[in-house]
Amino acid sequence: MSAPEVYEVPQAPLDAGEALAEDRRAGEALWRVAARRLARNPAAILGVVIVVAFVLVALLAPVLAPYAPGELPGRGDVRPTSIPGPSPEHPLGLDRYGADVLSQLIWGARASLLIGVLSTMLGLAGGMVVGLLAGAFGGWVDSAAMRLVDLMLAVPSLLLAVSIAAVAGQSPSSIVLAIGVVQVPVFARLLRGSMLAQHGQDYVLAARSLGLSRRTTTMSHVLPNSVSPVIVQATLLLATAVIEAAALSFLGLGGGSPTTAEWGRMLVAAQNELEIAPRLALWPGICISVTALGFTLFGEALREALDPRSRRR
Amino acid sequence: MTRLILRRLALLVPTLLGLSVLLFLWVRALPGGPATALLGERATPEAVERINRLYGFDKPLPEQYVTWLGQLLQGNFGVSTRTGRPVLEEFWSRFPATVELSLVALLVAVGVGVPLGYLAARRQGQVVDHAAVVTSLLGVTIPVFFLAFLLKWLFAVQLGWFPSAGRQDPAMVATHPTGFYVLDGILTREWDASWDAFVHLVLPAIALGTIPLAIIARITRASVIDVQHADYVRTARAKGLSGTHVRSRVILHNAMLPVSTTIGLQVGLLLSGAVLTETVFAFPGVGKFLADAVFNLDYAVLQGFILLIAVVYALVNLAVDVSYGVIDPRMRTR
Repeated sequence: MSAPEVYEVPQAPLDAGEALAEDRRAGEALWRVAARRLARNPAAILGVVIVVAFVLVALLAPVLAPYAPGELPGRGDVRPTSIPGPSPEHPLGLDRYGADVLSQLIWGARASLLIGVLSTMLGLAGGMVVGLLAGAFGGWVDSAAMRLVDLMLAVPSLLLAVSIAAVAGQSPSSIVLAIGVVQVPVFARLLRGSMLAQHGQDYVLAARSLGLSRRTTTMSHVLPNSVSPVIVQATLLLATAVIEAAALSFLGLGGGSPTTAEWGRMLVAAQNELEIAPRLALWPGICISVTALGFTLFGEALREALDPRSRRR
Repeated sequence: MTRLILRRLALLVPTLLGLSVLLFLWVRALPGGPATALLGERATPEAVERINRLYGFDKPLPEQYVTWLGQLLQGNFGVSTRTGRPVLEEFWSRFPATVELSLVALLVAVGVGVPLGYLAARRQGQVVDHAAVVTSLLGVTIPVFFLAFLLKWLFAVQLGWFPSAGRQDPAMVATHPTGFYVLDGILTREWDASWDAFVHLVLPAIALGTIPLAIIARITRASVIDVQHADYVRTARAKGLSGTHVRSRVILHNAMLPVSTTIGLQVGLLLSGAVLTETVFAFPGVGKFLADAVFNLDYAVLQGFILLIAVVYALVNLAVDVSYGVIDPRMRTR
């Protein structure tokens, strides 16, 4: 550390609590500026609209969906060589088993979003803990954590997820676990790097010289200043999580029956009907893509809004 | 350079050892333990016990691990419960297919991504730019397997331009000295066999190459925008170098450095995507076999394939790192 300059002695010793409140206001300003910039960015607005629309559909599924998940109202109408298409009762037609495609899609939004959000929350929590430990303690804790991260990154992500889901059994919760665990190294590395970048910053030195404990400095000063890239990444990984959930379910790791209302599952079922009813693959595929698009647009815009380099306007 | 390679190879050892420990414990964490991995899910308790004694699964874990590692080093990765053939043999017989597919996919990604990104950067704010931005956005948000579906439906089922499945027409009589079908056809001068294998690669390669294409286009665009206003570009112009020379030798060359890093990073995506793409197109590669292993809970194959893929992945990354030294002289000093 370089030799300290001559410090101005404060008139009255600044209360640590006051310093915290001060800091929190500054933190708020960062996010308020970001929010204002987001509101002016059409891509961000589109992203938010998409995400909110799908979340609403997922929440209101019992009201919106004409039929219950897995219900087969058109069981008698399906023939081996023909699956009835759109009709007044079934706006998007029926699937191979006679389920109403629209209802399945609506209930599927619930399943897919839930899996996406839960797995990202899991990954975020795990990654924050590992990253925080590595960033705060350094030394052997850091080395151990980063070796673990390297190990997890040594296998391509989908394969890692597949192997975790395979051992955890075929169910939606094992998909959540698999995708969550795969995200841990990403968040851990990001948070650690971001925390290390704060090392030796003036405000950290100031906090330390005010006599704040190492824990307070780390938790109330360094951490809040390090999380923004992690939050951006979480938004972007929500898109990946929805896609990967569908992929795992596509590989048969989601469990459930062929009539389970889940987008990835619907795509698998549609695979066999490609020649007679390609629309069965189209709808769930579009839903997955559009949801992922929403999260990506919002995440990208958030990244831009929080990036000090592009914060000129 | 040699020292760099040796050091990186040495660093590989602990990573792979760690991974082998994880995979070893992974099979032990299975409901029913490693005997299930050998016998499959429907094994009787007596059979499980017999296997446990026969293979020493009742011995202490560290001892088991050392034995298992010894077998791995001798190339014994166990036997597939589904096909009854050694895992290593299954891997090598399918590996060329996946390599061939990944290379063509990478070719598509670089061949389209770099020019697209470059054009977008040169015509910033114009139609090409917007098209490139939208393409790169859609590229990362459309799931690989959905895109594969769309391509298969449109170009194979509806239009019939390309075959919808497989690596080569089953009726095609061809010899395969290397396992790379396109190359095999060229080597044996069976041109139609080579062409047929290539035609089978087109759709899966496009599907597999889309995400890397989107990422490469995006990085190229950002990088060219960054570089074209750099001081050394202005200097080059001021020296009176021709526009073409500045564009190709100064801008493109310098802009390609981050792009080449990105291209190297796509290998993991290609290997992940291969599992899905090969499944949709019934393409008999490593990915398809892995997906089948997941479906049939063929744990010996999962364990072995993941370890082998990790080795391949690590070696490719090493090769990529070394190649930076060739592309960028500044990297050599480290």
